[in-house]
Amino acid sequence: MTDNDNFADIENGASIPPLSRGPISRTQLALFAGASGDHNPIHLDDDIARAGGLDGVIVHGMLMMAVLGQMLTSWASQARVKKFSSRFAAMALPGDTIVCSGVVKGKREENGERLADLEIKAENQNGDALLKGTATVVIG
Amino acid sequence: MDTLKERFLGKQYDPFTVDVEKGRITQFANSIGEENPIHFDIDAAKSAGYRAIPAPLTFAYSITMDAGQSFNVLEDMAVDKNKAVHGEQGFTYHTDICAGDTITGQQTIVDIYDKKNGALIFVVTETKLSNQNGEPVTDLHSVIVIRNS
Repeated sequence: MTDNDNFADIENGASIPPLSRGPISRTQLALFAGASGDHNPIHLDDDIARAGGLDGVIVHGMLMMAVLGQMLTSWASQARVKKFSSRFAAMALPGDTIVCSGVVKGKREENGERLADLEIKAENQNGDALLKGTATVVIG
Repeated sequence: MDTLKERFLGKQYDPFTVDVEKGRITQFANSIGEENPIHFDIDAAKSAGYRAIPAPLTFAYSITMDAGQSFNVLEDMAVDKNKAVHGEQGFTYHTDICAGDTITGQQTIVDIYDKKNGALIFVVTETKLSNQNGEPVTDLHSVIVIRNS
């Protein structure tokens, strides 16, 4: 399987392996628009983004969340992820890098499964919060 | 706000069905920078224990977008899309969504509340997805924030 080495023995307070993607290009926004089905022009067309009061196109929130999800599945195989949620705290712009990290906040047992509750987040390259989230992963 | 609650809290939208194609999953995986071969190669997926190529964690949201589920609520409430933002997104996973699956789903408005004396309205929806065998695959929990001006 694709579980990371330190996976099952991870302790409370430990960090899970971080993951970054970027810089995000306009080409990637176009490809994600097509592949995700989110064709909102504020991610593709500067004129329309400016008409809506933005300085230019912005990164799809769900693209940032997809990167955060990759941090989880690079650590634990996908079938182990039970819950994954995030709040969209701020916008990212083309040229930004999405920097993801997470910490184990608690471990518990439920229905015979060992679970880890994680606090996870995504920031840009300057450390500004983009996503604040949580996840629950089966660790044994 | 109270009228909104009266009219829409508990409202269930029509069920929808979406076919999940392999090419779409690999395009999606490419576009998010995914490198795990399970999303591109059937042999890698099978040797990792999946019955077919699995969709990445957030792909379920695209299934609901394909079914027009993100904007139908705003249209229904006659809210200008430019006044609404996606505030929060959650997923609860039951089993994988894989290439070749036919996914059916249904969206329900489960909460409506306001903050800042009504300046912001929060609409919370839940969409439950199941596969062609009737197994629940993913529940989506979405929070839409509307600027009320």
